[in-house]
Amino acid sequence: MLYTKQKKVKVLTPYDIAAVRADFPLLRTTVNGKPLIYLDNGATTQKPRFVIDAIQQYYTLQNSNIHRGVHHLSQLATDAYEVTRNKLKDFIHAEHGHEIILTAGTTHSINLVSTCFGKAFVKEGDEVIISAMEHHSNIVPWQMMCEERGAKLKVVPIDDDGVLDMDAYARLLNDRVKLVSMTYVSNTLGTINPVQQIIQMAHENGSPVLLDAAQAVQHMAIDVQALDVDFLAFSGHKMYGPTGVGVLYGKEKWLNAMPPYQGGGDMIKDVTFEKTTYNDLPFKFEAGTPNIEAGICLGASIDYINQIGLDHIAEYEAELLHYALEALAEIEGIRFIGKARERSSVISFLIEGTHPYDVGVILDKLGIAVRTGHHCTQPLMDRFGIPGTVRASIAMYNTQEDIDGLVAGVKRAARMLL
Amino acid sequence: MTINEIQDELIADFAFFEDWMEKYEYIIQLGKELPLIEESKKSDDLLIKGCQSRVWLLAEEKDGRIYFTADSDAIITKGLVSLMVKVLSGQLAEDIATADLYFIDKIGLKDHLSPTRANGLLAMVKQMRLFALALQAK
Repeated sequence: MLYTKQKKVKVLTPYDIAAVRADFPLLRTTVNGKPLIYLDNGATTQKPRFVIDAIQQYYTLQNSNIHRGVHHLSQLATDAYEVTRNKLKDFIHAEHGHEIILTAGTTHSINLVSTCFGKAFVKEGDEVIISAMEHHSNIVPWQMMCEERGAKLKVVPIDDDGVLDMDAYARLLNDRVKLVSMTYVSNTLGTINPVQQIIQMAHENGSPVLLDAAQAVQHMAIDVQALDVDFLAFSGHKMYGPTGVGVLYGKEKWLNAMPPYQGGGDMIKDVTFEKTTYNDLPFKFEAGTPNIEAGICLGASIDYINQIGLDHIAEYEAELLHYALEALAEIEGIRFIGKARERSSVISFLIEGTHPYDVGVILDKLGIAVRTGHHCTQPLMDRFGIPGTVRASIAMYNTQEDIDGLVAGVKRAARMLL
Repeated sequence: MTINEIQDELIADFAFFEDWMEKYEYIIQLGKELPLIEESKKSDDLLIKGCQSRVWLLAEEKDGRIYFTADSDAIITKGLVSLMVKVLSGQLAEDIATADLYFIDKIGLKDHLSPTRANGLLAMVKQMRLFALALQAK
């Protein structure tokens, strides 16, 4: 039996938060003797039973290498892996399945583009544009590529609320700009960038756009064709799926024009010692045995999300975010880092007179999981002149009680620390 | 007092605490009381970078003994730093270099010293031993 034949996830309309929570076994655990309040979803999400079962079923019923064997199991695994590719295509509304490259995660996806697009299109004196709110994963690969090719990295500044300066962006666009790479949703500030406008302006300038959607795909519906985005990168583990798998969507014309990333099995058509010809998309970019289990089971997480409905999730999370912002605002001495009007899922803050690390340690003792530190956005911390923040990030299974627990926890931490 | 006598005393002190809150309140209090490095001496040379919090460590030698003063931007780290300073400051270089710091485990704060914790504390202990080794080598 394939996991695709297992019992369907029950349809939840209107949003049944109790039923959603019941699907996630780890949410019932205790930490330091307290019931877990998990608010570190920006780092990774918990997995529903549906996905956990799929992982077990893969190893009990399907395990085999893919794209190679003629034997039954290999065919089963290959089919299941390709089913995921197709689900991903539908999930982001890509035109073709072969525009979906399965990678190890967002970082891998961005490195692939920076390397291969760089080789094909970037030369000395060219420019690449990113923003001041990028994750290190969307800074360092471009820095490395620019250094290697003698190109320049340009950074669009943000204002004190954590909103992109679109006038500055317009000024940075010129005929030397070969690519624009920006985050859809900031992992530190929660800002939702005006991606439609970013893409349109870049295209008018003749520059393609990569969107880092690691903090977006699990929270809002994305249509790559409607956006007309050239590349989209995201990770499986932040969307209730397994770790070690991610996606690079690329328009066919760009992917065909780029050289392969790594050499090895699966990416070749013919190999002789004199010359190798490369395989067609998507396999050209998928050298070596991939994380088959994760690839297949990412399909289960998409099924799970689809059954609940991204629209329902988005609506529920927006309400919860609003509740959280209001509840946290009551805390004395709180300072929000990131106050964009358009925002999603992530709340960064500091308590005056305390260090984020200390707040995080006390919250952990209370069974509350948040992230503290610079969130892999050091330049952004420098922009605000702070060592880091406390970051609470919500997912589809969080509740008002979780937020109440966080507020009480932060108040207690402040009492102890001040 | 020897390093081990101080450690044993700290273990006895911590045995009085009934829950984590009392323990952390005590650590926070220690952090607030830690003799700070004078701002003028707090150069980048003294900085030990952790990913989460930063620690400054100053070592001074007098008659074969090493005296530490330290600071951190996070108060809990500062409290833990203070415990380390209590145990190791004023001791002989050779004792510092070879000390078995068993008290951290015994008072239930071992996870703060894990290499993945990234609060700069483990790096500080290493640095304290390095100072001692350097002095011994002289």
